[in-house]
Parts: sequence; structure tokens; C-alpha cells
Amino acid sequence: METGGRGRGYDEVIAEIGQFALILALVLAAVQATVPLVGAARGDAGLMRLAGRTAIAQAAMLLLAFAALTHGFVTSDFSLAVVFQNSHSLKPMLYKVSGVWGNHEGSMLLWVLVLALFSAAVALFGRNLPLSLKARVLAVQAMIGVAFLAFVVFTSNPFARLVPAPADGSGLNPLLQDPGLAFHPPLLYLGYVGFSMAFSFAIAALIEGRVDAAWARWVRPWTLAAWTFLTGGIALGSWWAYYELGWGGWWFWDPVENASFMPWLFGTALLHSAIVVEKRDALKSWTILLAILTFAMSLLGTFLVRSGVLTSVHAFATDPERGVFILAILALAIGGALTLFALRAPRMQGGGLFAPISRESALVANNMLLTLAAATVLLGTLYPLILEALTGGAARVSVGPPFFNATFGPIMVPLVFLMAFGPLLAWKRGKLSVAARKLIPAAIATLAAIAATFAAVPDGPVLAPLAMGLAAWLAAGTLAEWAARIQLFAIPLADSLRRLSGLPRAASGMTLAHLGLAIMIVGITGSSAWRGELVTTLKPGESADGAGYTVTLMSVGEGRGPNYMFERATLAVSEAGRHVATLTAERRFFPVASQTTTEAGIHTTLLADLYGVIGERGRTPETADSWTVRFFVNPLVPWIWLGALVIVCGGLLSLSDRRHRVGAPRRATARASAPPRPAPAE
Amino acid sequence: MRRLAVILPVALFVLLVGVMAALLTDSERNNDPSRLPSPLVGKPAPAIDLPAVADGIPGGFSTADLRGTVSLVNVFASWCVPCLAEHPLITRLAEDGFPVYGINHRDKPADAQTWLARHGNPYKAVGRDADARASLEWGVTGVPETFIIDASGTIIYKHAGPITVDVLNDKILPQLREAAGR
Repeated sequence: METGGRGRGYDEVIAEIGQFALILALVLAAVQATVPLVGAARGDAGLMRLAGRTAIAQAAMLLLAFAALTHGFVTSDFSLAVVFQNSHSLKPMLYKVSGVWGNHEGSMLLWVLVLALFSAAVALFGRNLPLSLKARVLAVQAMIGVAFLAFVVFTSNPFARLVPAPADGSGLNPLLQDPGLAFHPPLLYLGYVGFSMAFSFAIAALIEGRVDAAWARWVRPWTLAAWTFLTGGIALGSWWAYYELGWGGWWFWDPVENASFMPWLFGTALLHSAIVVEKRDALKSWTILLAILTFAMSLLGTFLVRSGVLTSVHAFATDPERGVFILAILALAIGGALTLFALRAPRMQGGGLFAPISRESALVANNMLLTLAAATVLLGTLYPLILEALTGGAARVSVGPPFFNATFGPIMVPLVFLMAFGPLLAWKRGKLSVAARKLIPAAIATLAAIAATFAAVPDGPVLAPLAMGLAAWLAAGTLAEWAARIQLFAIPLADSLRRLSGLPRAASGMTLAHLGLAIMIVGITGSSAWRGELVTTLKPGESADGAGYTVTLMSVGEGRGPNYMFERATLAVSEAGRHVATLTAERRFFPVASQTTTEAGIHTTLLADLYGVIGERGRTPETADSWTVRFFVNPLVPWIWLGALVIVCGGLLSLSDRRHRVGAPRRATARASAPPRPAPAE
Repeated sequence: MRRLAVILPVALFVLLVGVMAALLTDSERNNDPSRLPSPLVGKPAPAIDLPAVADGIPGGFSTADLRGTVSLVNVFASWCVPCLAEHPLITRLAEDGFPVYGINHRDKPADAQTWLARHGNPYKAVGRDADARASLEWGVTGVPETFIIDASGTIIYKHAGPITVDVLNDKILPQLREAAGR
């Protein structure tokens, strides 16, 4: 243990510095939230410039505080209450570090740090922003900062002390002791909190009373960055749930999962509607509303997870007082924003008429469907709460996967169908016949995919081949658009390649992201339509047949890990007498937390995952030497993660586009005054 | 019409915040300790009469033995790892003078005997419940579980899962003290 002798006094000073930096950040945020607004109202450039400086100073203070807390975890400074409750001197170093955000206080500190880092990024890279817009954006961002910093300092102080310091810590939730989960929260926060930028830009625009193409161009990279992070964070969380919870599934429509999915749906809509503002100077008030709603969903997610109104496997240690505080923040921020919207939005005039067949109409359809999907998820998540509140707790229901599968899926089908059309339609006035002609190969691919799927699995659910057809439609349609753009096969290949290298990265990013979704649909379809399951009780040496395989429980051993005891089972899987895979599944018991976790044994191929879990040992004398064995065949599940990865790569590629790059002021402003390009990139 | 469209989001939002606030301030909901209250709490302990597990282990016991003083009933088994984890705390409770009765749930007598010999036997009496009939009567959903019975033979508290130091200090000991003071 590192607590002995020399280091203690020095360490205490570090924690005090962290506490001091945290409070200083709150003060800086208060200045940043007010002074630049006054400056912007009076046209005082000096006061407006203060916004950038305070933003950078605030981020520096929070980095210092975060580093101090990390130091506390790394050196196991148990005089800090949060370290005592969430760490242990025997814990591996990676989890000591991830323990910093694996608890309420530390994760809220990460939340405000990410918020401040986004502000600082605007201050540093937003040189091309008009001074008054920049000052107002940073002031709004700081208002959110003040609220959450006050929340951290007054209700969730990560630097609270324990006197006397205990000898050792009381561990970390063992479920969180996992590499997949170590990086899930930071990514998720980068997404959640990143949407605050779109929110701040929206509020600043409402205050300024002006939304134009340039505004949309400034908002888009921030939204895109947040969206990309959120996509990665959700995928990582889903992957973790898949192999760690041992339920064989990867998405459960759990309220906390929904809490991260709703901002994603709204954020996706925002990403697309901002394009219409940029290219066509239309959909302005709708885009502003989407920016507010997207961040509202991020705040709502934070509230639902932290306040304890939801009972969920994910729920953090909860406290009604904290819930009231976050609800107050939510009410002020979003209530205020929506009121401002109600006052100012009617004045924002959109330009141009919409032809029914055009790129912008396709994007409107995209927005309507995504919003409908998000509203459905919101309703399903909140309905149990609303019912409970209305009936005074007498009626308690839970809304589960059947509701979401029955409502969410049907909304996604037309969305995916239109996704192939949208990019092929021209702005202002598209020709359906032109787009349809380009989609003939996609239609052929769709029919081929349906036929091939039906031939391969004739006895599966009827909808499955159709879903595979939909995936093929999207993939082929997206590729057709891409091929048309570089005029593949229409001109010599060398010319096509030259066009390819000249393609805007944002366009390639869209192609990749849409392709990623097609890949993901293949995975989702496979895993939900043709899943095989075998649940049985086996003694070592025994076998059972099911899901097309023979599963043999070879042996069960016991042992000790660093801070847990485990039972480890070896399962041999064979198909028609031929050995296919050996799975190692574990059940871990963590005495300090008195919790049991499962580690699934997974054998992955591109076609399917073979997934084995062991359950409890038999409870009667006769069955005491047998174990519950659950074995799943999850077809095509790896495609889900692959699809998510491709989507994230698409986001990153698009983000690297020169026109999106936040540090390229000249070009962006030059383009702002240029006429709309004949072949818009998106 | 356009007015209405922009006011609608605010109106819906106000409604939503109202619902959330109602839920948060509903004190009964927040004070509910386990959210999974046992229907047996507050009722007389169900009648059981269990035989001894094996020679050399004191027991068995019946519901009548639980009357007259505050006592604990702990459901355990030798094959249950969490039971082993909570065993030192059960032992501590017994050493502090609280009579602890054990229901040996679905166990082989020889295994239970070896387990108690190896880890110590804190129980005043252990009853054999090989077919889990008694556990069923008591509404046991898994091992370990611990019940607190007051002097009149009424169940006043139930904890499902292993007892940890926090559970002991925050739940079990206050309940025991309160029951003893009555």
C-alpha cells in the first residue's frame, strides 16, 4: 500500500489544490456567464473578449482538479471519501484510474471538465466566429457550467474528506471493473456534453435574433463531433453489456440505455437539419428547436440516471436532494431556452419554397421520422414514471422490449428506405425518375438479398429476409450514389480515381456512415431473427444438444483473482461431431462488494458468435455437482459492432473535412459568401 | 397556428418537469428502504419445525423457540459462496449476544457439518431444510437471507442477499436495538 510514511502530507496538499481549483472554476464560470453578455449587449469588445480567456482558464482549473482527483485514486489516498468508497489498494492500476469516473462525484467532475474543454475549444479554434456570437455562445456554455459546478461543489464534492483516513478502500462496483466500461463513460460524456455546444449556439442565435448559413456551418462540426463520440460511447456500452452481463443480448431498451439513445436520435436529426439551414437557408426555427431538444435529452438522461426516479441496473448511488438540484437545472436551462424560443422563433423567416421532390424534402422526412422515433422512445421511457406520478404510486408498470420493437422498428423501415433516395436527389428540385434510375442496381441487390436470405434460412421469421433486403437496399443505394459521384464505369477508371481523391471528406463520411448503418442492420436482423439458445443443467463430462450444436461441460475449476473468487467452466462446442470451439466462461464473486458477475465465453466468427455462460451450481444434494449452462448462437452480432465502427469512422472522416475543420477560418468565411455550389457535398 | 407550434414545446416541458418534481418529492417512495418489501414483514413468523442437521450440531428448532427474545434467522448453505462471505458478520452478531438460528437450505448433512467445522458454528440451533419446504414457507427467494424476529415472534425485518458491514451497521443493528428496546 502506498499510504505509508513520506507521501501523506504532500498528497493532502494535492487534494486541497484540487478542491481550490474546483471552486475557482466555479467563480470563473460565473464571470464567463455574465460579463461577456453585458459586453455583447453594449458592443464592448474588451468585455466580450473576456469570454475566451475565462473559458480557457476555467478548463485549466478543471483539468487541475481532475488531475488532483486522479492522483488521489492512483496513490490510494483514502482520506478522500470518494476514493475510500470506490477504490481499493489491491485494485489493478487501470481500474484505479477508471475509478475516478466510475462513481457519482468523479463522473460529475468529468462532466463539467468536458463541458469546459468544449468551451475552451471554441475559444481557441473559433477565431472566425463573429465576436458577439462567440461571446454569447461562451456565456451560455458557462451558465450550464455554473449550474453543474455548483451541483458538484455543493452536493457532490469529490474532495470531501474522511477523518481519520481508513486503512483501505471498500472497492469498486465489480461490474465496472472491465476494460470496455473503463472508456464507455468518457466517450458518452463527450457526446452528451458535446451537444451543449449546439445548445449554446442555438441560444446565442436566439439572443442575436439571427440564424443564417454561416451559423449552421459553425454549429455543424461541434454537433458532428458530439454525435461521433456518442455513437462510439453507446456502441461500447452495448458491447460491454453483451459480454459482461451474460444475458446474450446487446440492447435491452433499459431506461438508462434509452437515456443515451434519445440524444443520439435528436442529434442525428439535428445533424441533417443543419445541412438544410446551411445549403438552403431554411428550417431555421426547427433546427434551433432540435438543438435545444437534443441537449434537453442529454440533461434528462443525466437527471434520470442520477436522481433515482428510475430503478435500473445502471443507476448510480442516488440521492433525492441531487435529483431536485438536477431537475432545477433542467427546468431553468430547457424551460428558459424553450421560452426564449417561443418568444423569438416566430421572427425567424425561412427562405425558399420546398419542392416535394428535393434533397431538402428528403431531409425533412428524415427529421420527421427521427423525431417520431425519439418521441416514441421518450414516451416508452417516461410512461411508467408519468403513470406512477398520476396515480400516486398505485399503478406501476414497466415498458419493455415488446413495446419498443413494435413501435421503433416500423419507424425505421421508411427511414432506411428513404436514406437511399435522399443523397441522390438534387437540392431545390430533384427528379424522382433520375434517382430511381440510379437505384435500379440497388433494387436488384435488394431482391437478390431477399432471395439469398430466404434460400439460406427458409424456416426463419418471414420478416428477416425483408430486413436483409432493406440492408442491401441501403448499402447498394449508398454505393450507387458514391459511384455516380465519381462517375465510376462512366469515365475511364483513372479519371474516377482522380474524382475520388477530390471528393469532399464530408461526402465520403456520409457514404461511410450510411454504409455502417446497413452493416449494423444486417447484424441486428441476424441476432434477433435466428438466435439459437440452449439452457440446461450439466455435470462435468456431460453434453447437451441444442441450437444446432453439441455443448459439453468439460470441467469446472475454482480459483482466486486479485479481488474476487471465481468458478471457471470450460465448454467444448461441436457441430455434427466436429469440434468447433472451446469457450471459457466464468462466474466471479467479489466479497468486498458481495456481488457476482459473469464473464461470457465467446467464440467470434464473421457469421456468428458462439456464446457460453455458466450459472448457479445446483441447489439440491443430488444436483450439487452440476451447473446451469446457457449457450447462445448469436448470428451476425459482430456486424453490429463493425457497423458502429464504420459509422464512427464516417463521423471522423467527415469531421476532418476542411470545411468542417474548426481551425480553418479563411476558407470557411470565403465560402460563406460564395454562391451555393452546384453539386453540394452532402 | 405558428404561435401555438412554438408554445407547445414549453407547455409539454412544464408538464414533464411537474411530473418529475412530483416523483422526487414523494417522500414515501424515497423512504421505502428496499422497494421490494417482503409481505411477511410485520406478520408472525410462519410455523416451521425443523430437525437437526447432524450429530454435534445443536438443533433443530421450531417457530415456538423464537419467542421470548429478539432473534435472527439466517438461511444458509455450504455451497453458497456469499454465505461464506457474510459468515464472519453472522459470527459477530452471535458473539454480541443475539441468538442466531440457521436454516440449512438444500444441503447435504455431511457438507454442512464439514463447512460449520471449518468456518465455525455461530448458530444457537440449526434446522435441516433439505427440501426447502421451510424456506418456501418463509418466502425465501435465494440464499443467503436473514430475518429479524422480535420477542413476540413477529418478523420485523428481512434482508435478502449477504450481509455486508454497511448492511449490518445501517440496517441490522438499528433494527435489533429498536426491537430490544421495545
